[in-house]
Amino acid sequence: MKIIHCPVNGPRPLQEFHYGGEVRDEPDAGAVSDEQWADYVFSRSGEPGVKVEWWYHIASGTWFIAERDIVSDEFIRTYLYTDGPSATAGSNP
Amino acid sequence: MTDRLPPQPGEWIERQRTVRFRFEGREYTGYAGDTLSSALWAAGVRVLGRSFKYHRPRGVYSMANHDVAVMVEDAMHVKARRTNLRGDVLKIEDGMDLVACNTKGGVDKDRWRITEKFKAFMPVGFYYKAFYSPRALFPIHERMMRKIAGLGTMDRAGEAESTPKRYDFCDVLVVGAGPSGLSAAIAAAEAGAKVLVVDDQPHIGGSLSYQGAGDRTRQFLADLAQRCDALSNLEIRTSTEVSGCYGDLWVSLVDSQKLTKLRARTLIVAAGAYEQPAVFHNNDLPGVMLATAAQRLVHQFAVKPCRRAVVVAANDTGYQAALDLHHVGVEVAAIADMRADGQDAALQKSVLDAGIAIHQGHVIYEAHRGDVAVDSVTLCALGRDGVPDTARSVSVDCDGVMLSVGWMPTNGLLHQAGVRFGYDDGIEQIVPNTIVAGVFAAGRVVGVFDLASRMADGQRAGRAAAAHLGLCEAPGDRSPSHAGSSPSHPYPILKHPHKQNFVDFDEDVHLSDFHNAHQEGYDNIELLKRYTTVGMGASQGKLSNMNAVRILARLNEKTIPETGTTTSRPFQHPVPFSHLAGRRFHPMRHTPMHDWHRDNGGHMMFAGTWYRPEYYMRDGIDRAQAIVGEATHVRSAVGMIDVSTLGKLEVCGPDAAAFLERIYTGRFAQHAVGRCRYGLACDESGVIIEDGIIARTADDHFYVTATSSGAAAFYREMQRFAMIWGMNVTLINVTGHLGAMSLAGPDSRRVLQTLTGADLSAEAFEYLKFETAEVAGVRARLMRVGFVGELGYEIHVPASQALYVWNKVMEADATVRPFGVEAQRLLRLEKGHIIVSQDTDALTTPAEASLGWALGKDKPYFIGQRSLRVLDQHPQSRRLVGLTFPDVPARRLPLENHLILEGDEIAGRITSVAHRTTLDQPIALAYVPPQRTEPGTKVQVRVNGRMIEAVVTSLPFFDPEAERQKV
Repeated sequence: MKIIHCPVNGPRPLQEFHYGGEVRDEPDAGAVSDEQWADYVFSRSGEPGVKVEWWYHIASGTWFIAERDIVSDEFIRTYLYTDGPSATAGSNP
Repeated sequence: MTDRLPPQPGEWIERQRTVRFRFEGREYTGYAGDTLSSALWAAGVRVLGRSFKYHRPRGVYSMANHDVAVMVEDAMHVKARRTNLRGDVLKIEDGMDLVACNTKGGVDKDRWRITEKFKAFMPVGFYYKAFYSPRALFPIHERMMRKIAGLGTMDRAGEAESTPKRYDFCDVLVVGAGPSGLSAAIAAAEAGAKVLVVDDQPHIGGSLSYQGAGDRTRQFLADLAQRCDALSNLEIRTSTEVSGCYGDLWVSLVDSQKLTKLRARTLIVAAGAYEQPAVFHNNDLPGVMLATAAQRLVHQFAVKPCRRAVVVAANDTGYQAALDLHHVGVEVAAIADMRADGQDAALQKSVLDAGIAIHQGHVIYEAHRGDVAVDSVTLCALGRDGVPDTARSVSVDCDGVMLSVGWMPTNGLLHQAGVRFGYDDGIEQIVPNTIVAGVFAAGRVVGVFDLASRMADGQRAGRAAAAHLGLCEAPGDRSPSHAGSSPSHPYPILKHPHKQNFVDFDEDVHLSDFHNAHQEGYDNIELLKRYTTVGMGASQGKLSNMNAVRILARLNEKTIPETGTTTSRPFQHPVPFSHLAGRRFHPMRHTPMHDWHRDNGGHMMFAGTWYRPEYYMRDGIDRAQAIVGEATHVRSAVGMIDVSTLGKLEVCGPDAAAFLERIYTGRFAQHAVGRCRYGLACDESGVIIEDGIIARTADDHFYVTATSSGAAAFYREMQRFAMIWGMNVTLINVTGHLGAMSLAGPDSRRVLQTLTGADLSAEAFEYLKFETAEVAGVRARLMRVGFVGELGYEIHVPASQALYVWNKVMEADATVRPFGVEAQRLLRLEKGHIIVSQDTDALTTPAEASLGWALGKDKPYFIGQRSLRVLDQHPQSRRLVGLTFPDVPARRLPLENHLILEGDEIAGRITSVAHRTTLDQPIALAYVPPQRTEPGTKVQVRVNGRMIEAVVTSLPFFDPEAERQKV
């Protein structure tokens, strides 16, 4: 079982977490076409590489951001959404 | 014990303890420390089991936990009868009574051996081809095949066994207690790491316990053990298998008693290599075995493998094996050395001095069967092209053939840890070619064979692991490279006109099966594996995968790296189910009234994470009668249901109203304090995900209820959106803090009024009013709502006082009766109220569920709004309607998810149905096409293959003007 570094609770086992999908900015609903909106709602990129993802620590109710290499399944760094990437909490050794 | 040798240095048996056991109905004796195979072999038994498919006799082959033909089970019913035990590693105990698993009539007279006569009719892929059609016959074929090609039988009457589970941690986990592993462990422990060494064998030493064993090796091992003992931070566990390696070095250890889940900070794999067989005609006869199997018999169990041996060698370790045999009095008739040159001169001299004939550049072409076991072999000169020259052959009498032709690294755990592999042509072995942080390997698994080199390599790996932990400087050196001739032969596989040259002993796969499969187009290793079933048997190809890759590479005229290997997944070895079964780690939640329900006949059911009373059992009436009875009582008098499982959320802060405007489809900005309203929530695609009642308790404070099953996820999403939107709002999940009950029915006002000072009159406490008031002296949130379609109140109180209030309401009037989840579902169905995820699915929009009225379409934003705007431009595909069944007899009524058909097309489905209701007829909710929504329209429902007619009916079925809840 993998270990994820929660920015608030430190290293915890994977089963304490919930995956929240890739971080994607919602487009301005008034400015996009129906096709662009449908693309935002339904299309996801499975392209190999580092993804910026939402993760949630269930026991403490903490949402945070993780940068994860989906090829090697390696968590590169984690931080709170409001703090931004500069406040890196930790990565797996 | 006719073939027992005099005491050997370092032997694993205890000669002062004789063990009596039974095998196949006959009594045998052995010593404590013997395995079943070693004790039987010592007793002169040569047929220990029968092969999986052709039921050929099999004997000792590896003595290393891969002899899957020697599979036994308890003959008699014992407390928990065990099966599929491998004889080569099963320790014998007094009183054991064992039989072979896969025979009809015992190993000696197995009647299924006739299957081999039909092998010409069972080519590769036979099962797929022969039993594909007609499909109706497949179950009969399957039953027959499972009997013939089967493993042990399951004991259905046996008692359930449970084993403890343990959690553990270490800095460095070393897999393998051979010289490389122990050397690595000592180096890491000396640097200060907490080290754990595990080995599947009962004693440490690895290859030192059988290869070239003797007084000198014994002393060397004793010194190593002493150095380990002196280190308090080094622990060794023997008879322990590492069954799998999971994410971030989460490792499962299996011993006879328990499963240990261990978190290692670093991993050193020093698990050695599996010796591999040569493929030739009759290479499975009893008496043919790996050289290391013979050495294990001699040095660990003091058993003579045979009287007269032929050693087939392609490396120097074969010569050592020949000497080992010679020293214990086995006559070594010949060494057939597949190498034309490159032999170690000193070793060769020792062998010649012992009077052993060496046939250089020769190979075994076939073994001949005597009574049951091998009685002679034919050796041929091996041409440069790898083809045996049958014109130049010699025949040698022997009762034992020892194979020493190559190795396959025990690299499964490295695979699982993410290491990838290449091929080293110098040693003809698969070796790691990538590095994974925190994962190290040493010894034979990386191609280091010489003892001194293995010690050095282990030390390097141990220091590298310690350095990874920051305990010392990283060693600069790499694994020493191999000197001398290759330990493995590039192609120890020989064609023969007969089809008894086995590549896979688990599944009886021949060399010719590979040729045929390849001809049929299965030229990829993963396809070939599945078609021929090579490597899919009980040992998972420990003795066949390497040869399979070599064969396929030749057939495809490609290199081994181009051919690749199959993936290695957990488990490394079979794990008993009792080790895997365990406690549920999914706790169920009890409401504060749980015990009351149980004490009052509540028939409890699982509802998401909760236990809830489905209905209350009463003498003399069945389930359906109980449910309708409870519902009727609510309609006619008053009932109470425990709704503590409702999700309960506090939403407060200056932006609370604006936040809910975005989360829910409806309007909340102008929503009055002290009022409740229905809230509906969609996801981004406009699909319904949640509904509930929202009460505004203050300008900046809302009390939100959500569905029992969806509350946790909904709260989670609310938290995320609050953060993304940057709104000044605080969310608190108070689901477990508060208990709740719903009192409903025409008498509910009268009953509740006796317990509260709040004025419950129709004028003062109108429909959808919220108020904080004392109920039975407890501060409660009172909401007048009507999910079941009657005058009713929800009473929310602190969980610690919920049971007290529940009892007070029950005692307040003799007419109050509890009702369960089923009665509530029936009552709401009569009212046409949907349950999200019961009557909606992953595509249901508000319009489809006739909830368009709940959308604040002119709002600037709510989740799903943009998608609904797109959907509005398209015609609707379905709509939720009510159905009745005027002319359908009770036994033909549909169930949930029965389909509505138009011709052959699926036109919709039933989502909720009640056969017995408080009305005069059965009713249902169903999706139908938009052109079928007019009341009176007839639709066809398929029920168990027959069509019935249903009639679309306007909703709700009961009290359409909602007069009963507005009194």
